[in-house]
Amino acid sequence: MTLSDLRNAAADSGAAPQATDAAVGRSAKAKPKRTWRSYSVYLGLALIFAYCLAPFYWMLVSSLRRTADIFDNTLLPAPFSLENYAKVFDGSTMFGQALLNSLVVAGTTTVFALLLGVFAAYAISRLNFRFKSLILGVIIATSMFPGISVVVPLLRLFTDLGWINTYQAMIVPSLSFAIPLAVWNLTTFMKALPFDLEEAAMIDGCTKWQAFRRVLLPLAAPGVFTTAILTFIHSWNEFIIALSMINDPKIQTATVAISKFTGATEFQAPFGEQMAAGVIVTVPLVIMVLVFQRRIVEGLTAGASK
Amino acid sequence: MTTTTAPPAGVQPAPDSAKPRKRAKRTAGEGRMAALLLSPTILVLALVILYPLLAAVHQSLYRAETGLDADGFVADVESFVGLANYADMFVGESGRRFLNALGNTTFFTLTTVFLETVLGLCLALAMNRAFRGRSFLRASILVPWAVPTAVSGLLWRWIFQSDGIANTLMGSEILWTAEGNASRAAVIIAEVWKTAPFIGLLVLAGMQVIPGEVYEAAKIDGAGWWRQLGSITLPLVKPTLLVAVLFRMLDALRMFDLPFVLIGPGKESVETLSMLAWDESNQLRYGSASAFAVVLFLYVAVVAIVFVKVLGADVTGAKELKLISKKNRQKKAEATR
Repeated sequence: MTLSDLRNAAADSGAAPQATDAAVGRSAKAKPKRTWRSYSVYLGLALIFAYCLAPFYWMLVSSLRRTADIFDNTLLPAPFSLENYAKVFDGSTMFGQALLNSLVVAGTTTVFALLLGVFAAYAISRLNFRFKSLILGVIIATSMFPGISVVVPLLRLFTDLGWINTYQAMIVPSLSFAIPLAVWNLTTFMKALPFDLEEAAMIDGCTKWQAFRRVLLPLAAPGVFTTAILTFIHSWNEFIIALSMINDPKIQTATVAISKFTGATEFQAPFGEQMAAGVIVTVPLVIMVLVFQRRIVEGLTAGASK
Repeated sequence: MTTTTAPPAGVQPAPDSAKPRKRAKRTAGEGRMAALLLSPTILVLALVILYPLLAAVHQSLYRAETGLDADGFVADVESFVGLANYADMFVGESGRRFLNALGNTTFFTLTTVFLETVLGLCLALAMNRAFRGRSFLRASILVPWAVPTAVSGLLWRWIFQSDGIANTLMGSEILWTAEGNASRAAVIIAEVWKTAPFIGLLVLAGMQVIPGEVYEAAKIDGAGWWRQLGSITLPLVKPTLLVAVLFRMLDALRMFDLPFVLIGPGKESVETLSMLAWDESNQLRYGSASAFAVVLFLYVAVVAIVFVKVLGADVTGAKELKLISKKNRQKKAEATR
């Protein structure tokens, strides 16, 4: 048996979850009767759509109005306008820089979390050692740690270190939630992968490290990818750390920057610009969600349902 | 299969008589490898979780006061005050503020998690029946989850503006984002909007592993929809639901971004413990800020322990892990025979 055989076999077994997904759909597809009941199901679905999307839609529509008719209540922007978007990027708010900062912070956090997470998850899912469930329990417990309990002491420490207004002041505390998230997700994924393939590879003369690198890691790639998306979204959405550690607008992340958007006058917040900025911060995530929705749902539900 | 040229230590076949000792030896080797692989993670977590926790406990015993420093000049010095920062949580003006924040945190946690759970269950039930457009549905349900909390705060502030769409649709003139119960309601609505779909997704995943035969058998036995819900669906999704509710509660207990952006800092009716601690540290009162952070941590820990120990939420999948290692061991034992 060669390594490529192993990979093919694993690819087959990797396709299994999707097959069962389809099977669930089939088993319950007893011919829909056109009764009031089926209509009520559609009504329910329409309500869910409206519930989930209406507020987001309202943000989108408002961002496309001119400042003059921001208080209109029409469902489509009457004169369509990109005025707000132009203002967001005109330089006075440094919003472009904030987006870049977010990208750097969330990206670095994700890379570090994955790097540590892959090894930790391998150990937990594949090796026999004492205190295993205790260690996993502790790692998961840390993900429930309230952000403020990290921020207050670290704020003090980072002030002494001169780290205030630096990227690392955001990245290091972000690891406190990113690592547990990554370890947990990766562990769940690796547990689900068949153990036999690595065993076969090792019987064929691979060392444990080779089996890990050449058999398990390629198989776990989808799981690693999903974990990367989830970790990235969480880090991108992080607020309290970035708010506390940074007071220089040049280093601010996007979520903090938009919460601080203020207009020329104190009495009229620039809602149009805020909505436009909100759309810009959210749209990359929404696109990710649309493209990778199956994976994301898998990742989100992996830990909770067994 | 057992005749390999260069067998790695882990899978070397062993005669039956030597098995117990062999296993102990393997565990030691694997233990060392596990320690090696886990130590970076544990080191970093100790740095970003354990150190802050200990530092917060330490800091909460001190207070910055204006006094005379070593050279006899007037300066802000930190003096050891014992448990005074904790005692102050129950007396005077600061005590009133703390108890208010504690009350708000508890109130928000209970109300939002209750509403989310009910709504999430309804969403899951509806999605479980829908087969056309399910992937579209799943994508749309992920949108509220993906919107950053800060953005959702901004978004709902716009909706709840005094001349915004909420008041227009309801024909009311409520000042949602000022103070009082209206602002509490605004926070709850915005929070439930964002998180109910998440619970719905988790519960749906739990529902989908229930085999269809169970329902069919129930139908044959004459069980109606409600009976099926109460006797099959709910008991079987209970473990999933328990974990989801636990996570939501822990998340709600540390609520910060949403009230901060939607209503604003320092507003009595929506100030949570996180916001209070943040505000204190912003005023450079690190002592009391740390004390609040420690209290919040203890609160979160107690809730988590109650869920895991009393209600039996299987958060880590520890039971399953044990099963897997047992299975592996059995398999290896068979292979060696």
